[in-house]
Amino acid sequence: MSARIVHIAANTFREAVRDRVLYNLIAFALLLSGAAIFIGQISIEIERLVVVNLGLTAVSLFGVVIAIFIGIGLVSKEIEKRTLYTVLSRPVRRWEFIVGKFFGLAGTLVVNTFFMAIGVFAALLYVAHKFASPDAFILVALYFIILEFLILCSLALLFSSFSSPLLAAVFTFSLFIIGSFADDLRGFAAMTHGITRWIATGASYLVPNFSTLNVISAVAHQQAVGGQLILQNTFYALFYTAMALSGAVLIFERRNLK
Amino acid sequence: MTPRRRTQLIATTCLILSMGASVLLLHRVDEIRPRAVLEDVLYISSPKMVKRTSLGFDGLMACIYWTRTVQYFGHRHYERARTYNELAPLLEITTALDPHMIPAYQFGASFLAPAPPNGAGEPVRAIELMKYGIQNNPDNWHLYYDLGFVYYTELKDYKRAAEVFEQGSKVPNAHPFLKLLAAQMAEHANDYETARMLWTATYESSTESNIRQNAIEHLRSIRVDEEVTRLQQAVSRFEQQNGRLPTSLWELAAAEHLRGIPVDPDGNPYILSFDGQVQVSKPEDFPFITKGIPPDYKPSGPPKFHSKS
Amino acid sequence: MAAIEILGLEKTYMVGFWRKRPKRALQPLHLTVEEGEIFGFLGPNGAGKTTTLKMLMGLVFPTAGGARILGREWTDPDVKAQIGFLPEQPYFYDYLTAHELLEYYAQLSGVPGKDRKRRVDEVLARVGLTDIKGVQLRKFSKGMLQRAGIAQAILHDPKLVFFDEPMSGLDPLGRREVRDLMEQLKQEGKTVFFSTHILSDAEALCDRVAIIHRGELRGVGAVEDLTSSVQGKVEVIWQGTQVPAAMKALGADCHVSGDRVRAVIPDTQQDAAIDALRRERLRLIAITPLRTSLEAYFVEKLQHSQTTAGTTA
Repeated sequence: MSARIVHIAANTFREAVRDRVLYNLIAFALLLSGAAIFIGQISIEIERLVVVNLGLTAVSLFGVVIAIFIGIGLVSKEIEKRTLYTVLSRPVRRWEFIVGKFFGLAGTLVVNTFFMAIGVFAALLYVAHKFASPDAFILVALYFIILEFLILCSLALLFSSFSSPLLAAVFTFSLFIIGSFADDLRGFAAMTHGITRWIATGASYLVPNFSTLNVISAVAHQQAVGGQLILQNTFYALFYTAMALSGAVLIFERRNLK
Repeated sequence: MTPRRRTQLIATTCLILSMGASVLLLHRVDEIRPRAVLEDVLYISSPKMVKRTSLGFDGLMACIYWTRTVQYFGHRHYERARTYNELAPLLEITTALDPHMIPAYQFGASFLAPAPPNGAGEPVRAIELMKYGIQNNPDNWHLYYDLGFVYYTELKDYKRAAEVFEQGSKVPNAHPFLKLLAAQMAEHANDYETARMLWTATYESSTESNIRQNAIEHLRSIRVDEEVTRLQQAVSRFEQQNGRLPTSLWELAAAEHLRGIPVDPDGNPYILSFDGQVQVSKPEDFPFITKGIPPDYKPSGPPKFHSKS
Repeated sequence: MAAIEILGLEKTYMVGFWRKRPKRALQPLHLTVEEGEIFGFLGPNGAGKTTTLKMLMGLVFPTAGGARILGREWTDPDVKAQIGFLPEQPYFYDYLTAHELLEYYAQLSGVPGKDRKRRVDEVLARVGLTDIKGVQLRKFSKGMLQRAGIAQAILHDPKLVFFDEPMSGLDPLGRREVRDLMEQLKQEGKTVFFSTHILSDAEALCDRVAIIHRGELRGVGAVEDLTSSVQGKVEVIWQGTQVPAAMKALGADCHVSGDRVRAVIPDTQQDAAIDALRRERLRLIAITPLRTSLEAYFVEKLQHSQTTAGTTA
């Protein structure tokens, strides 16, 4: 069982690479280099601040775009192109297919983020000339960004399992935006009454909470991130991902392929 | 010519002509549209709205707004603008997005409070900004300094300034000069010595070039003010002793047993007007002097800030 | 043990946008395929052949009924290690090369790591695709894709192979090769179940066939049995260019070529035809029984169903 999942994941990774997804690293490198070199003209005091903010924000946004662009087609493209026929006629379980695809995409993003992380630290070294120990928290911020990616991949996969790529993109992107405002949504819910309150509260808990996973500004100011938060966020992301993946499996198990 | 070649030729010509035409038209349109639309672009004017649209990437938006702020001020200051309406909102948005962006508070203290053309002329908003900064960064002693600075320089509220410096001196790792300033406020608020202390403190504790240059110009102006005051006192003494005004500064220098004719920090000699007023020969080199300005002097052209920082 | 036992598999689709109406793609189907035989599943386009195959593969879920494959429930995923499937117009991951694709499929089918490379090379040689190392599938011609499809179906040495329209898109040489391959598979003891609408292939290859039309099974049996059940014809050749009126009355199909006439008549009218020729004093050259083709059987079955279509809606 696990071997098949690994093989599917590896093939999904291969597909992404051959789709030239890793070329985004070039754009990223150019962006960060440009910023690092020209930043001295703005203000000496905030060079470090800008590099960390810009770098981590770019890592996050580039990854979100990749997660959505590739994720929405993971299942629907295979159904559309009928490449699934010869896969499912083998001893592959339908749930293994979903899980394998997920790990393939997640793996692609982790590899991508790894290279980007090197870029961020290189740019930081360039403007700050040395590392300080609070810079280690940048790794925590990157870890949280990867947790964000896991959630987004699972959501994209969920939507891909039953709707067209376009709709899946719209749904996933909308959830990304709403998820960034999850705290505001909670606040809004608290101000309403009755049925609206139930709906709003429910929504604010079901929607992925991306604001808790965003510590970019804090680590840019070299503030520490608590171990408690790291632990809780890890579990939250894992459970949320499991929830979305379970949904995807449930839908896909019952789907008639055309 | 084959049909294919003909199509290619027509299409290429069409491309070049329409490209040229659209560029020309855009140029024309730019001339018609009011210039104001292109300037003072705030993107969105409410801090809350900006926070909403930044999708959680507040830190980066704050950096962007900070860059805009510095550019905005520099550009208008160069043109000796009378108004800096957007400076306060820009700073408020920047600090709403990132309450820990210390340079923004310091910029506000230096340039939000003073009157135009050297600042936005909004000391009250500057104070609000400082208080917000202190609230969010209680461990930062420098913000207390900046707040006290505004009370001292713009509002001349020496009592409040002293209170704030005192509070600031209690913050762990506070610079000793806070305590000194607090004491100084209490007794010698109006002295040039105190002002010099303050501006020196500002110069030494900031790395932002605008703020440092500003501080240097103030220090130079303080020196000029001091010298002009002393010279004016010497003129009065001469008048008392000799019953008339000195004919020139040479005469005054001789009477006072000075080594040579007095010069300003740039090395230019002071001038004695026909009615016995001591003046600087080049007022445009000292934007902040309050004494020694020729009566009909009007500043023009971009402000000259001392290049050494 | 029967290789395949289809037990009442049925599929009804709901079609339409607002008010969905049921559309019967497959009536309850009962069919058995024995081990070691080549079984043809025949029918015109849209008859329900592909639907049946997809249900057996678990790609589509039946509205009712079930099946047993190699003695196990058709929903058992492990039974798939023993079967191979070639879909109609196969599509593959076109960013992979044939080697990579087959390697991947071998992994998914559970072929042990050490055997994979050997098996892949073997099966590529078998389908005639050896010199395509490094060529991505997106550059393959239709014929090459079909071969690759066959390769992935037999790669893991399955006991039972399902081919959906295996000859489609192949030139005559290719079709010959596929026919030979299927014969080989039978000789290796494998069972082959293939669907097609080309009857000559079925006639040449199959031990048994089933004919399906509009979702309904019309006939099952060995090829000879089926063809013999249809009324035979005889060919009568006589000297001369004359065609007696009596012959025409028998409904004969007459052709004159040179100084001979050739006529095809139902074999029940054989005696009447000879009498007609004798009466006219025409010299009989030959009488030969014509074996009915499967096509005739096919057409008759379909026509029959057409006329009864009104009553069996």
